[in-house]
Amino acid sequence: MALSMKGDFTDNLGKIYGIYVGGFAGFVILMALASMVGVPDQFILWAYMAATIGIYAFIGIMSRTAVVSEYYVAGRSVPAVYNGMATGADWMSGASFVGMAGTLFVLGYDGLSYVLGWTGGYVLVAVLLAPYLRKFGAYTVPDFLGTRYGGNAARLVGIVVLFACSFTYITAQVYASGIIASQFLGIDFNYAVFAGLAGILVCSMLGGMKAVTWTQVAQYIVLIVAYLLPAVWMSTVQFGIPIPQLTYGGTLSAIAEYEQMLEVARAHVVPFQAMTPLNYFTLIFCLMVGTASLPHILMRFFTTPTVREARKSVGWSLFFIFLLYFTAPAYAAFSKYNLMGLFANAEDFRLAFTAIPQWMLNWGSIEGHQLVTICGVKAESVAAIQAACEGLGFEGGFPYQQLTLNNDMIVLSTPSIAGMPIWVVGLVGAGGFAAALSTADGLLLAIANALSHDVYYKMIDPKADTKRRLTVAKVLLVIVAIAAALLAQTKPADILSMVAWAFSIAAAGLFAPLVLGVWWKRTTNMGAILGMIAGFGVTMFYLIGNVYGFDFQKGTGDEFTWFGIAAISSGIFGVPAAFIVTIVVSLFTPAPSQEMQEFVDRLRTPKGGNMMVQTH
Amino acid sequence: MSEKLPPEVAEAHWNKTRSLMITALLIWAFFSFFIHFFVVPLNNIVIAGFPLGFYMAAQGSLIVFVVLIFWFANRQNKIDEEFGVAED
Repeated sequence: MALSMKGDFTDNLGKIYGIYVGGFAGFVILMALASMVGVPDQFILWAYMAATIGIYAFIGIMSRTAVVSEYYVAGRSVPAVYNGMATGADWMSGASFVGMAGTLFVLGYDGLSYVLGWTGGYVLVAVLLAPYLRKFGAYTVPDFLGTRYGGNAARLVGIVVLFACSFTYITAQVYASGIIASQFLGIDFNYAVFAGLAGILVCSMLGGMKAVTWTQVAQYIVLIVAYLLPAVWMSTVQFGIPIPQLTYGGTLSAIAEYEQMLEVARAHVVPFQAMTPLNYFTLIFCLMVGTASLPHILMRFFTTPTVREARKSVGWSLFFIFLLYFTAPAYAAFSKYNLMGLFANAEDFRLAFTAIPQWMLNWGSIEGHQLVTICGVKAESVAAIQAACEGLGFEGGFPYQQLTLNNDMIVLSTPSIAGMPIWVVGLVGAGGFAAALSTADGLLLAIANALSHDVYYKMIDPKADTKRRLTVAKVLLVIVAIAAALLAQTKPADILSMVAWAFSIAAAGLFAPLVLGVWWKRTTNMGAILGMIAGFGVTMFYLIGNVYGFDFQKGTGDEFTWFGIAAISSGIFGVPAAFIVTIVVSLFTPAPSQEMQEFVDRLRTPKGGNMMVQTH
Repeated sequence: MSEKLPPEVAEAHWNKTRSLMITALLIWAFFSFFIHFFVVPLNNIVIAGFPLGFYMAAQGSLIVFVVLIFWFANRQNKIDEEFGVAED
């Protein structure tokens, strides 16, 4: 059956995903009914996980392939709209899904630097890069660098940068999927990580990019429904209008009133209280340029049928990403309003110890994490909270200022905070899991494909036949995935905090050679290679120097800061460094050959099909 | 491979492409950075509960980005067709 479907799969996309959406809606309704007739909560949560992983596995197996171009670029047959959805899922990580609203909740206006930074970069992708990379017809980003800049040196530097930005990132995704799985399945984190790993491998191993594309489309649908539903719910409850993005203006005003009442020092909409203006704007810059340089995003645009579709596809990608990102501030506002309401409506604006809601204790008592902090202690039991608060002189109850929620629990806990039923809680969990898996799959392919296509096929064994190449690709994919899972299992705090660095690293190491490679014919091999090294080097130097100092220990006093720039924005030094070095060195080295100049000319005109004619 | 374009056609095509790129990036820079320099005064204007400065960062600029990309894709297509370098 699988084979008879395949031939006309792309012709029937509308029908196939229509059935899928209907089935998914039916499943959610079934869960709602089940919770009403008293099916145990735990069963519903397990059913969500099992059903979604099951469907991803089904798609992954149906999309298995033995064709190299299907494995690497989904046969270049993905229409713009579907590639947009896949890119949306690829892009929105577990952290975006789980943490974005929480960041906005805590930081208020300053958190919007992430919303801006993680959307505006797509303009750069559409205008400067995607159509040209598509025209070139490479399988990977280092493949483009290697061809444009004369061979293996540029290819290798590209692989190093790719590895530096993608591997920490995938480790964090596996970690996030493990946390969500352990939370919702009620199993130990050490095993839950492997549930995440299994979820990742079923989508990617048999079918490479082809399978990942079609599962990412399915995952996008799950994650966007899971994200929008609670926000729509809260908007309807508060204002009777199911469009949270329009109504939360009223919530913002209500929050401002609560802030006065509760004497909150940091107002939600007032800028530059958590970040200096300089850090706010440099962060936007680094996230945007980083977006336009991350290999797992760029390679999604290799999969469209034409250059024209690649451009349009960037628009669709941003549209689908926008749906989540313009909802996140609404989500944050509704959650904050609900939470502040508990205090604003309490006597003396203090929440009585006897009135502490169950969700605070449930989330607070999760082992190994401090998600809810009250009066400076982990919120494990009413007695512990009461003792700590009374120690601080708060009798009978505690004020809003004494409550701290971890960013990462806002989205996952909001359904329980707002009193939504278990079938919504399960849906949100499935959405977060889909977000983590889809991003992990994209990253896994970016890393493993660079190893199998660029290192193995292009550098080690250019004579390898199709079968061998695919075997190597799949073996490397499994190895990378297992390595990430084993690393995630150790809960490496440092690595998880390094994820935010990925954007600066990618921006500094890859943006200049990619953009100049298309837009400035005079860019020479030596210029690009030294430019990449300079950008990557400066950024890593600042990151390590700023966070650890040169004894590689945090907080020993030898850390330094330039102009007060935060580590996450270190690309602000690396990006200009890469451009300057590339341009200066290029001007001092002989111009690229006539052949290379013609190569760039062909890159610039959509007509004429792929330039790189892939063998097999 | 297609036949080679006459150099003057290729150059004219690229000049137009480049000016479109510059226009798009100016709009991008305006809504990514410039407008947010004025968040404090803009926040004094409140529409439907939204302080305008906050709104621009939370929604306004994002809508502009989405529209900008579709507009750009459309314009670039027209340029490609005008010079006969669009895909068949």
